[in-house]
Order: sequence, then structure tokens, then C-alpha cells
Amino acid sequence: MEDLINIAISTLAGTVRVSTPLILCAMAGLFSERSGIIDISLEGKMLAAAFVAAGVAYVTGSAWVGLGGGILIAVGLSLLHGFACITHNGNHVVSGVAINILVSGLTVVLGVVWFHQGGQTPTLPQEARFLPIHFPLAETLSEIPVIGPFYAKVISGHNLLVYLAFALVAVTSWVVYKTRFGLRLRAVGENPNAVDTAGISVTFLRYRAVMICGILTGIAGTYLSVAQNASFVREMSAGQGYIALAAMIFGKWRPVPAMLACLMFGFLDAVSIRLQGVVLPGIGEVPVQFIQALPYILTVVLLAGFIGKAIAPKAIGVPYVKER
Amino acid sequence: MANTETLVEMVQPESESSPAAINLRGISKAFGPVQANDDVNLSVPKGTIHGIVGENGAGKSTLMSILYGFYEADRGDIYISGKKTKIKNSTDAIKAGIGMVHQHFMLVDNFTVLENIMLGAESGAMLSGSIAAARTELERLEREYGLFVNLDAITEELPVGEQQRVEILKALYRGAEILILDEPTGVLTPQETDQLFKILDSLRSQGVTVILITHKLREIMAITNNVSIMRQGKIVADRKTSETNREELAELMVGRKVRIEIDKDDPNPQAMLLDVDNLTVTDSQGIDRLDHVSFGIRAGEIVGIAGVSGNGQSELLEALSGIQPVSEGSFVLNGVTVNANNPKDAAEIRDLGCAHVPEDRLRLGLVKTFNAAESSILGYHLDPAYNGRILTKPDAIRNHCADLMESFDVRPRDPSLKSANFSGGNQQKLILAREMKDKPSVLLVGQPTRGVDIGAIEFIHKQIVAMRDEGSAILLVSVELDEVMSLADRILVMFEGRIVGEVSGKDADEKTLGLMMANALPRNNKQKQEGQA
Repeated sequence: MEDLINIAISTLAGTVRVSTPLILCAMAGLFSERSGIIDISLEGKMLAAAFVAAGVAYVTGSAWVGLGGGILIAVGLSLLHGFACITHNGNHVVSGVAINILVSGLTVVLGVVWFHQGGQTPTLPQEARFLPIHFPLAETLSEIPVIGPFYAKVISGHNLLVYLAFALVAVTSWVVYKTRFGLRLRAVGENPNAVDTAGISVTFLRYRAVMICGILTGIAGTYLSVAQNASFVREMSAGQGYIALAAMIFGKWRPVPAMLACLMFGFLDAVSIRLQGVVLPGIGEVPVQFIQALPYILTVVLLAGFIGKAIAPKAIGVPYVKER
Repeated sequence: MANTETLVEMVQPESESSPAAINLRGISKAFGPVQANDDVNLSVPKGTIHGIVGENGAGKSTLMSILYGFYEADRGDIYISGKKTKIKNSTDAIKAGIGMVHQHFMLVDNFTVLENIMLGAESGAMLSGSIAAARTELERLEREYGLFVNLDAITEELPVGEQQRVEILKALYRGAEILILDEPTGVLTPQETDQLFKILDSLRSQGVTVILITHKLREIMAITNNVSIMRQGKIVADRKTSETNREELAELMVGRKVRIEIDKDDPNPQAMLLDVDNLTVTDSQGIDRLDHVSFGIRAGEIVGIAGVSGNGQSELLEALSGIQPVSEGSFVLNGVTVNANNPKDAAEIRDLGCAHVPEDRLRLGLVKTFNAAESSILGYHLDPAYNGRILTKPDAIRNHCADLMESFDVRPRDPSLKSANFSGGNQQKLILAREMKDKPSVLLVGQPTRGVDIGAIEFIHKQIVAMRDEGSAILLVSVELDEVMSLADRILVMFEGRIVGEVSGKDADEKTLGLMMANALPRNNKQKQEGQA
């Protein structure tokens, strides 16, 4: 019994850790897509940010400067995406895929040239990382059954960026639904003509949205290499940008449902790690590959039938050209 | 022309006690080689309703877009209330007190009315304060102008007439003293149009200046104080509405005499060619879009369908042309019964001698990126005349297209020009030519003159009447009441998927039809029709 509770608690703690970059990316995608810009390059921006953040943190010895570097590169790539899609009316998916491919190759090449470790960055010392924060009384309370360990391991004991991610969900929700910027953001993704004729610049509004998207993916990338791990590893984003995109669509472009979808994906991921090597009666040992594929299989199943029709912002992916 | 100049002189700001609300001087704008506006002078006195009429492509919309800051004029000056004003974008226009109600509403469908009105005119960075302020101000405006809309309704759920009121409120909320309306009545029922005119009248009495762009001369006569007529980028005449009439305006628009009434003999109906019996089309949500409709069309008659768009007319055309499957009931086309058990697709229907001119020519009538020759064989593309064993016969297709262009006066006569580059009227003529070429025994026509200029309308109407006289059975669906009334021998009125009334073309009057379209006939008549259904 106690074992079971321990397993449950460590799975939930794992869920929180794994979900964090998904949540940050989903919020990032939400800002971009609500403004009408499809962003398939969440993946690439996160990977670039992970590389730069790890490199900068190693060179300067500061996690915070690393975070700044991660955000800068991600915002830079966002502006590139914006330049292609907003200024030059390019195809959003093509631009996004181009960024993903570019980053995937460039991080490895530059990593090899700069750090000579086969594409990895050197392992960061503890002081150059975001380390777990322990809440007061966590030790003392851990004696209380269930609630104690839950508080100590699921609520407490994560690094700053994890808490930031959850706080940003609330902030996103507030910005989108309660502010003037949010009203205009929602409008420009639905009907940019209405925004333009109301005397608001569609271009500037969309650029602001993709820059916010860059900042959030920058934090997500930094989390991967400076907080969750202690170095950059090639392809370390491992498709999480795409999963975040799927989660955002699950959540129908709304912040809180998108976060819940991220937590579900994170949970599946955490469970799959836990299930490796487990022998099920009558089936035998579940193949690792199957368990690793489980979140993706479920994604397809859920997308196909369980979430109902996902209605995207109407003007998404459509370049805004003033008509005659 | 001398007349024009005296009027312009008369309302020059220098010679008036209060300056004109709008004074445009020498506005010119070219798009590439096309001179959309050519030295346009326009003066609109404050507190009047000023009509601007002209054919498609006459430059009305370009002129208004310059005034609203969508485009910048190449040359010329804009004076607002006597003050020279530079208008580079919509923000400048709004600042100068100009509001515009576009033909296609500029509304965010899933926003509430209040959110739509606030957008771009919020009072602060937080929404809660803006919402409270906007609500108070809007309630005042609603009372002042008698313009009531439920501020918390979701915009897309409102009828079109109310969405238009949202657009007007939006302009007034931004402090507009000059209101431009671009083809405002195209989507309205006659009753909604009356309401709009009442609103415009009350705006005028409060000192608001209104510019009304339309091609409906009746509306110009009904509501405006003055009218300017545009042709080929120029204002060719200004008139006081009280001193002109429809015939003169129509003549000035096209530069020659046109008949508004269509000359046609009495119909001579022969054998029943299309017999529709309890035809029903149910959509994926289980709603009957077409609800047990029955009627017949004989050879040599035109049956017109009147109704506000979206009341089943589209489904009727699509079911009869084989695009939509029949859910229940049947129709007999040239002796062949089509029902749910014996469905026919669009090609089979065409082979039965039924041609279809679709309502939405850009979606169903032709392929925009095809050239005219390719578009001219759509639906007939399997004809051996156009096909070799493997390859198509480009010369045969081109010659066919050239023939069609010749017979229906499609301009320019260039089969290799992209379909999208023809004007709406010429696209429509090409489609009509294609569908009428083989002398079909049944012709289904949807919105034959939507977005088509007056000269082409006249030509198209003549062709339809000629087809009837040659013995075709014609079903005409149109949202233009004038068109249905002047062309159809019998008029059926549709409401919510049902036929709610029938009148003969001769006895039809607008008021009765309008009431039928809104299903608001007095009780005894209504019962009679329900008894029929």
C-alpha cells in the first residue's frame, strides 16, 4: 500500500516536471495562433533556446544570463517567422518547418565546433542551474501520510521555472480575456479586416504576439537544458513542441484547458517511464517501445474522436492583404 | 455637364455660410494602368443624405476607400468641414469623424456586440472599465437614435439587419459625424431596408451626414437629398434628388438609355418538364433545410423563387442539380424520377437535359485560376469534341470558348485570359453562355445578376426570356425582388425551407412579397398556405 502511494506520488511529481515545457510552449503557441499565425516552429525555437541557454549559462556561470540568452534567440527566431509570415505573407507552415530544420542542424554543428563534445554542451555546475526550491515545513510534514509526501514532492521541490510556467497560465488567461491587448489579439485571429478598419495595425499586433510566443518558448528551452537537465543534448526537445501544439488544439486555443491537456500528456509520459520493465500478468513484459509510443497513440485516438470539433481562429494561416 | 459645375460652385465652402461636411477636389487614383478615379470633385452639405450611384467598376468604392483611408489618392485634396485633412489610414479617418459601414461587415463573428463596438476604441488597457464606459455611452446612443441592439448577444447569431445596426453603432460610438454606407441594402429584406432608412432619416435629423453607395435607384429616390452619378472613374453628373428620376439616373449611369422594365410576351406553358413532389433535404444536424417542397415548371415558363437568402433556395438548386442528395420526396425531370433510392449526380442530371447556373459563380461556376477556355468547358469536359485519346484538344476548346464569347458578348474576347481577371458581369455571361449553349430543356439559374453591372443585367435578362420563348422550363432563384418580379411568370416565396406563397408575375407587388418573405402575412392567407403544404 505504501509502495503504491509512493509510486503515485513520484509519478505525479514526474508529471509536473515533464509538463512544464509543454505548458510554456502551449501558452506560446496560443499567443501566436490567437493572432492568426500558425506556429509549428515551437519545437525549433525551444531547441535553439535550450542550446543557447546551456551554452551561455556554462560560459557565464549564471542560470539567469542563460535564461536571457535562451529568450533572445527564441524571440529572434520568432521575428524571423514573423518577417516571413506577417511582412511577406509567406506560408506559415513552410516557414515554421524551415526554422525547425535549421535549428536541428545548426545546434549540433555549432555545438561540435564550440564545445567539442559531440554536439553536447558541457555539464553545468550546480550554481549555473535553476535548482529545486524546497518549501518551508516540507521535511517536517512529510511524516504525515499521503498529504505530507504530496506536499513535499508534488507541490514543493521543483525549480523556479516550473512555478513560473503555472503562474504564466493564469497570466495568459488574464491577458487574453481581461485586457485590451487580449481583445484585439482575439479579434485579429478571427477577422483582421475588423481590426484594420477599427484603426489598429494588424502587422504590429501580430508582431507583438509572435514576440510573446518567442519569450515563452525561450523559457521552455532554458528549462530543458538549464533546469531539468544540466546540459544541452542534441534533439533534446524530442517532439515536445509538437505535443504542446496538439495540447493547445485539445484545449481549443484556451489557456486553462490547454494546460490540462499538457498535464495529461505529461502524466502519460511519466507513467510510461514508470511502466518500463513491468511484467503484466498474461502479457509478459511490456515492450519499452510500445510504452514510449503510448502518448502519441493516445494523441491520435483522442484527436480523432474524443475532444469534439476544434474550431480554430478563423483567420489562422491566412496572410492579411488589404483587398481592393 | 454645365449643370454639374454650377452645383459644385454652389456648395464651395467659400460661398456657403457653413462649409460642406465633405469636399473632395480633384481626387485621382490609378491601379496600374486602370484609372479608378479621375479628377473627382464631390461636395456633400452637412446633415444631408448623398447618394452615389454607378455601375460596377465605376470607382465608387475606390473613392470611398480613399475617404476612409484604405488607399491614398495619387492627387487631390480632402476637406472635412472646410478644413484640409490628410487621411492616410483608418485611424485618421476615424479622427476626422468619418465612419464606414462596409458591404461585408467588419465584425468579429464570435464576439459579443459590445466587444465588437469597443474594439479599437477601448477606454483603457483593462477591459472591465472599458466595458462599463461603453455600455453607458451605447445606451445613450441607442436612445438618441432609436437604434436598439442587444449588446450582449453573440454577433453571428444576430440577423443581418441587426449586424448592420451594430456597424452603425460602431461608427457612432467613435464619434462619427459622417457615415458612409457601401451597398447597405443588398442583404436586407424590404422591411429591414425600411427600418434602415428610418434610422438614416433620424441620423440626418440629428445632423449626421450620410453617403449612400448603391446601385438601386429606387433607394436613391426614396431617401437621398442629392445624388452623384459615377461612370468610368469620373463623376458625370450631380442632381438634386427631387429634380431627377430613375430613368434619367439609369441613363446617366450607363451613358445610354436602358429599359428597367423587361419586354416579354405572355407565357405559353406546354408540357411539364420538371415536377417536384415533397422534395426534402435534411442537413447533417437533422434540420430540414428544404421542407416538403412541391411545384412544377412547364416548358415555356419562368418560375421565380423569392426569399431572403438562406431560406432553402440554395438547397433547392443544389438538390435539383444533383449536388445535394435528396433526403425525402422526389422530382421528375424530363420523365425520369429522382429520389433517395434513385439518386443522380450532377453529371447525370446534366445528361438529362438540365443545365445549372450556380448562385456562387466563383465557388461553383468556374475555377478562378483556370483560363476562360478551360472554364468554358467545365461540366462538359468529357465531351469527345474536346478530348483526344489521351490529351485534350486545346484548339477545339479555345474555338468553343471564342464562340461562346462572341455569342454572349464576353469582354475581353480572350480565351487565354484567367477567369479571375474578367469582371463579374463577364464571368457570369461566360457561364450563362456555357450552360445555354446546348439548349437545355430545363435551366436552373441562381442569382444571375449578382454583382453584375446594369448593361450586362439587361443582356442576361433578355437571354433568359429568349430561352423561355424557345420552350425551356426555367427556375430562377434571386434575392433581387425587382429581378424576380420582372422576369418570372409565376413567383414562389420561400421561408425556412418551405414554399409559403405563390403569386403570378403580373400581380406581384413588392409589399405582399416582402411580407411573404418575412412570413408575416395576415392570418387567413397564412392558414391557406399551410393547408397546401
